[in-house]
Amino acid sequence: MDTSLAILLSMLLPAAAVVSNLIFRNSPNLRDGLTLGAAIATFLVVLNILATVGNTTTETFVLFEVMPGLDLAFSVEPLGMMFAILASGLWIVTHVYGIGYMRGNNEDDHARFFACFSFAIFSVMGIAFAANMFTLFLFYEVLTLSTYPLVAHKGTLAAVKGARTYLSILIGTSIGLQLVAVIWTYAIAGTLDFTRGGILEGLIAGPAVAILLALYAFGIGKAALMPFHRWLPAAMVAPTPVSALLHAVAVVKAGVFTMLKVGIYIFGIDFLAATGASVWLMWLAAFSIIASSVIALTKDNLKARLAYSTISQLSYITLGVALATSMGILGGSLHVVMHAMGKITLFMCAGSIYVATHKTNISQMTGLGRAMPITFIAFLIGSLSIIGLPPLGGSWSKWLLIMGAADADQLAMIGILLISSLLNVAYLLPLVGKGFFLKAATQIGPQKFAESPTLVWAPPAFTAMGCIVLFFYAGHIQAFLMPIIAAH
Amino acid sequence: MATQTVHYTTMALTDHLPILQILIPFIAAPLIVFIGRRELAWAIAFIASAASFVVACLLLSQVIGGGIVSYHIGGWAPPLGIEYRVDAANAFVLFLVTGIATLVLPYARKSVGAEMPERTQTLFYSLFLLCLTGLLGVTITADAFNVFVFLEISSLSTYVLIAQGSYRDKRALTASFNYLIMGTIGATFFIIGLGFLYMATGTLNMADLADRLSGQYESRTVRAGFAFILVGIGLKVAIFPMHFWLPNAYTYAPSVVTTFLAATATKVAIYVLLRFIFSVFQPAFLSETSTLEVIFYPFALLAMFAASFTAIFQRDLKRMLAYSSLAQIGYMLLGIALLSETGLVATIIHLFNHGITKAALFMGAGAYVLQSGSSFYTQLQGLGKTMPWTSAAVVIGGVSLIGVPGTAGFLSKWLLVQAALEQGYWPIAMLIVASSLLAVAYVWRLVETLYLSTPHSGQTIQEAPLSMLLPLWIMALACIYFGFETDITLGAAKAAAQALLAGSSGLLH
Repeated sequence: MDTSLAILLSMLLPAAAVVSNLIFRNSPNLRDGLTLGAAIATFLVVLNILATVGNTTTETFVLFEVMPGLDLAFSVEPLGMMFAILASGLWIVTHVYGIGYMRGNNEDDHARFFACFSFAIFSVMGIAFAANMFTLFLFYEVLTLSTYPLVAHKGTLAAVKGARTYLSILIGTSIGLQLVAVIWTYAIAGTLDFTRGGILEGLIAGPAVAILLALYAFGIGKAALMPFHRWLPAAMVAPTPVSALLHAVAVVKAGVFTMLKVGIYIFGIDFLAATGASVWLMWLAAFSIIASSVIALTKDNLKARLAYSTISQLSYITLGVALATSMGILGGSLHVVMHAMGKITLFMCAGSIYVATHKTNISQMTGLGRAMPITFIAFLIGSLSIIGLPPLGGSWSKWLLIMGAADADQLAMIGILLISSLLNVAYLLPLVGKGFFLKAATQIGPQKFAESPTLVWAPPAFTAMGCIVLFFYAGHIQAFLMPIIAAH
Repeated sequence: MATQTVHYTTMALTDHLPILQILIPFIAAPLIVFIGRRELAWAIAFIASAASFVVACLLLSQVIGGGIVSYHIGGWAPPLGIEYRVDAANAFVLFLVTGIATLVLPYARKSVGAEMPERTQTLFYSLFLLCLTGLLGVTITADAFNVFVFLEISSLSTYVLIAQGSYRDKRALTASFNYLIMGTIGATFFIIGLGFLYMATGTLNMADLADRLSGQYESRTVRAGFAFILVGIGLKVAIFPMHFWLPNAYTYAPSVVTTFLAATATKVAIYVLLRFIFSVFQPAFLSETSTLEVIFYPFALLAMFAASFTAIFQRDLKRMLAYSSLAQIGYMLLGIALLSETGLVATIIHLFNHGITKAALFMGAGAYVLQSGSSFYTQLQGLGKTMPWTSAAVVIGGVSLIGVPGTAGFLSKWLLVQAALEQGYWPIAMLIVASSLLAVAYVWRLVETLYLSTPHSGQTIQEAPLSMLLPLWIMALACIYFGFETDITLGAAKAAAQALLAGSSGLLH
């Protein structure tokens, strides 16, 4: 298949799923089946692109020229390819899970839910294959708007308020800061194309580099860098499939993906390292890592705890960019995949517990492990991957990040990463421990809990296995990503 | 001037396009009154505006490359005779005005039927065409006094059109009267200003005026004339502290009238402002008199923030949109104040983009008024479910109003920020994006009302009729289309900005 056609198709298929969801809104099986078909087809199309072009950048495919030097254009490069595989692959898993969750939980408006969900995937594909910052920004905003209805889905006062926070922070940072950064870049470089080695070297100097980087770093609100992280816990009012795919994978990863793209292709790693403009960002990311882990410790609501954990883990990736070393970038990029697989497992487990028992707080979950062993074992595996223990995928990205910090002579960062791992242990493992080893203190009535429906427990079990598999295939992903750090 | 030697007797019809632009609606308007039948009235009005639209398209295609069409009324050569002159700047405005008129009319059938008594409906279409004539005349003429004449034609018909809203809400009468007073003061100031200029130069042709004024910038008469003209047009544009007529007029006028006026009338006034400050006076005169620093920057920024802020707290959709319009006028003034090509391109493209965006939004408001009886937020609750098509189009319009990428509004904002950055005006660039965030607030209040609040019980609200949905969706899709396809808008805006910045040489060529 022609690559440009395949890229278009990878966006058109989710878009078609939006339409099919709206048309067949009253026949659930047909509707959900079609969306599943679209999800599988999207994944296959993305694999097809992988098979035909691999990770080498082909020529850019321009869909529209909006203004001179400002194109709606797409191309393939290793990071985007990886992100596209990740998002489309996990879409299939989450869709299956979503069907089980929405039906098992008797939520309303399934059609609107799945339509917006597909629309979000459409934007993610656009972000993954964007060939320049303008295209990326466009889909970045579409992603915010398409996920807004998902956050507000329940329509309760809490949901409306959460959605309001979600939208105001994401749109506020992107229009208020990122847009200015993008236009500034365009004004000095005359182009926004993602170019190996960056486009800014020699065109901007002094404190302006750090200011521009700050406009990007804070403007990319989806990366949840403190102090613009509040939207992520607010988004947890959404149904769990949304939290799982969008707020562990698609939306937040779109944020750090943008951060990586800006670091690698707009500034250039060497340029960042030479100017030292990212040192402040490194310290802020470090603060973000520790502070949000500490906050996570204090949260009793499981999804809130996971949300703060996500904020912390996202800052690993920002830290990777800010270290401005090859290993740091590589570790950050690898962490996109590793964290996605681990965190989606944890979120789906949280949803599984909710479907089976309607419990949301960790303190109520003592003893549940014996009733729902699969869910809890999956949760354990996901946790260990996030903590970074072998033989789980998460260990590699943390390893590379530590090497990156050593390369940059930032020994303090190594300490930060190690402390963070300990904090991860402290906020993730107690749930598993209490679940398996403690008896429920106040089991209400004679009611016995059992494992959730198959469609709900199978997907997290599957992604938990994925965490193990990733440990053994990390080398392949690393090799695949090598071109992004190759000298230009 | 090669065009002067043409033999008028043998001219093809296409050579008369400039005058046809005015004559078609001007003749159709009384025709409607003479025939006097309601069904025919609509048809005639529609055919007349569609024909005007075709004429405007032909004119635009002739001048988008940077050419000029000059037409001498009755064969009398300027500066004595009246000249119509079309360049990229006004051809683009003609294109917008006639295009909106042509789309508003199909929409009008149902809306006018519901919002006006039957006996005035025929006259409504006649007045609509008169108003159109006035706006087109103001835009096309190159004679300063002629601007005044057409301005009055459009204004007088507008007062009556706004007053038609009294069938639904009596406050339309005071709104119209208010506008009548303010508009007349504006027109008077404008004509006094022209008087001063005539005193100093003895001519009324714009090119001739520019030529003769260039040596007299120190003259008090000329400066007083400029001040009067600025205030006069400023009232028509609704520049921030002179805007008090606008919110009520937009809120209480019939929805069709509001749609048409919001998308065209203020835009034409902005065009006149551009024409006077760039073609009749020169950019040099502006900096000499510090007009930009003292008037444009502060008032533009005030409008952007004060009006947006006010818009957030409105409880009536139409009034909210009216305040948002005031804020958008601030953006356009800011583009002028930056005094660069990019700034002017931003102003001109925003004039168009905001025109279509507001047309879509006001059409949506009109559909709500028709189906639910009012545009108050309390009546709009939950309409996202009952009127999904209307609401979806309104959301697209709202998103374009914010300036989300992929919409027409984004391009204007992009250019405006770029223009500010080019000049190194950092704070202004930040203020522009900050005020778009206020737009997020007022648009999202609407979205929450439409989609996230529970509808009133006991109400059965139907989707708007197709005759309204179709123009609404054409406008909404145009908001997206012109966000990607910029050959027409950006091309025309660039040619127009270059023509304007060339100053009087752009007129004399």
